Amino acid sequence: MKRVHAVIVGAGAAGGIVAKQLSSAGLTVVLLERGPWYTAADCRKDDLRNQRTTVLGNAFGPEDEGNPRVWIDARGAAHIVLPSEGSYQNNAACVGGGTLSYGAMAWRFLPQDFRMRSTYGAPEGSSLEDWPIGYDDLEPFYDQAEYEIGVSGDDSPTPFHSPRRRSLPMPPLPPNREFAILEPAAKRLGLHPFPIPMLRNSVPYNGRGPCMRCRWCVGFACEVDAKNGSQNTVIPAALATGNCELRTRSMVKEILTDNRGRARGVSYFDANGRLQEQLSDIVVVSACAIESARLLLNSKSRLFPNGLGNRYDQVGRNLQGHHYTGALGFFDFDTYDDIGPGASIAVTDYNHGTPGLCGGGLLANEFIRLPIHTLDRLPPGTPRWGPGHKQAMRAWHRRTIIVMGPTQQIPTAEGRVTLDPWVKDRWGLPVARLQGNSHPHTFEIGEVQAARAAAWLKEAGAMQTALMAGRPEIVSSGQHQAGTCRMGDDPRASVVNRYCRLHDVDNVFVIDGSVHVNNGGFNPVLTIMAIAYFASDALLRSWKGTSFRS
Amino acid sequence: MTRRQFMAAGAMASAAWAAGCSSHRGPWESLTERQAQTLAAICDQIVPADDYPSASQAGVVTYIDRQLARHYRRHRKAYALGLEQADSIGATRCGVRLAQASPPQQLQVVMAIEQQNAAFFDLVRKHTLEGYYGSPRHGGNRDAVSWRMLGVSQPPLLGRAQYDLSKGPRS
Repeated sequence: MKRVHAVIVGAGAAGGIVAKQLSSAGLTVVLLERGPWYTAADCRKDDLRNQRTTVLGNAFGPEDEGNPRVWIDARGAAHIVLPSEGSYQNNAACVGGGTLSYGAMAWRFLPQDFRMRSTYGAPEGSSLEDWPIGYDDLEPFYDQAEYEIGVSGDDSPTPFHSPRRRSLPMPPLPPNREFAILEPAAKRLGLHPFPIPMLRNSVPYNGRGPCMRCRWCVGFACEVDAKNGSQNTVIPAALATGNCELRTRSMVKEILTDNRGRARGVSYFDANGRLQEQLSDIVVVSACAIESARLLLNSKSRLFPNGLGNRYDQVGRNLQGHHYTGALGFFDFDTYDDIGPGASIAVTDYNHGTPGLCGGGLLANEFIRLPIHTLDRLPPGTPRWGPGHKQAMRAWHRRTIIVMGPTQQIPTAEGRVTLDPWVKDRWGLPVARLQGNSHPHTFEIGEVQAARAAAWLKEAGAMQTALMAGRPEIVSSGQHQAGTCRMGDDPRASVVNRYCRLHDVDNVFVIDGSVHVNNGGFNPVLTIMAIAYFASDALLRSWKGTSFRS
Repeated sequence: MTRRQFMAAGAMASAAWAAGCSSHRGPWESLTERQAQTLAAICDQIVPADDYPSASQAGVVTYIDRQLARHYRRHRKAYALGLEQADSIGATRCGVRLAQASPPQQLQVVMAIEQQNAAFFDLVRKHTLEGYYGSPRHGGNRDAVSWRMLGVSQPPLLGRAQYDLSKGPRS
């Protein structure tokens, strides 16, 4: 196979952007993706089989067959888990990755999110740290993501937003009924509600139409292609340069290194299961936090016996996502208007500045619910089955609002990804083994946030509320997974430098949520995209024409 | 996909279709007729009929039966044992199989199952509610009856839905 300048592993949020940036600059790129390329015709609107409700499997991968992981529970027992099970912490396996089927909230982190340790100090037992870069370093690239991928929204009603150079390229979608109910209530509480920024067209943009506001949104591919992911923006742009080749159903086995300790490419199993080698000057790992760590750990050689970039046992540590908490409110009038995406209004007043808490998180109303989501979200005391349950479904499905949000997760070094010594996937590769948990302070923040959500719902007229806050005995990661290849200046305490380059190997980059030092009190995708633009920019500035020099 | 793979996939799909048509097992893919009757009795306690259909009337037994041959293959044994136990509880309490007991007796038996075999009951409860409130394409929620019951229209936006949600590839 022809040698190329760069191989990128994973065609998700970050991989797609890096592919476009490098191929537009004239580098030859091979983009490898383990899943297939779905289109709007694969939307299917199946309530039982999509990327959020997976009772009959994942719609956008991986399949349950041949892709296990191992989860170590709080008592140390190992469980083999399948991709459609929650403890697998799945994201997706397809072109676009999570961005094909996500809810598409497009948050910028706040400046304090990059300085968590110096703002709050690290709770004992946590691995809370500052980022080596600040908000100002990323601002231009947040802007680039918002315009190139496409974000609708308006954060001007709140003072609690990050400084921005210009407003978003699209106005917010018109408010739905939940917005109308929650907005005045938030204002009465002295909060600053505003429409959620979304990677979703509210008007025609980028050659595609606007959202048709259907019920099947988060978890589904968009039927009218109004949801903006890498699969309908940067990846087609990368392919159009003529410099980028996308190979789907290609599972990377390992990063190959030469005897001087530099990467020379990757080996991967192609769509027919044959082992191939793709040689390159640069390897970019963008496989999402769990799989990126797994690939580095699986890339063992004489010079790197513990895996690539893992000299100081840092790869796979600080696994984090978001601990979601909130409240469910029951109303004596219809709150449901059957208008998607449903999630419409947020406050960021609670992200920082609460005495005694290391951060906080946004609160927003939940995405539109399908009937299947109401089954266990009925008033406390409702019968679990029988005529009482059926009546309660009829009484409440259209009369609930959920307010919740991602709590700033306080990471620990013990929440981590390692390789399972026994279990292999369908290609014979050791699978990821997940263990540990978030720091317990995370749950304290979550409980405060849940009470705040309940107060908002009560102010909005809820007759009754039920708190949604637990202390799960499992590290949350899932679609928001991050942290496993932490960015930092100290090679002993981090995996990549501030430009996402491995400390150990100067032509290998990790560019995805793995590099997040912490994950903010926000859905992380826009930050993943901004980092992809930022790291691509740095990479291209040090690219010397025909080869990569450090 | 190469042309050869495409032809092979098509051939396999039509073979599977033909096999489905010529099944000698009656209407069920995984269950025996007797198991299906017992399951229907349990499902109909979980979602009983009122002015809207019960679980079995809306096709939930079909849903579970199909999934036991597909995504829920791993639960086949649990169903075989659980349904047998349900019948034996029915026989002890009412002297007949569960499906033949009167509705009040069936309720008593299902409550006993919930007590004595909570794992099996929770499984059937979960699958019944999924089937009843999930997508019609999997066999349950026939004619989107539960969605109409909840007042959520289908299709949601007339003239915009490109797909007939009840047709197309089944699970």
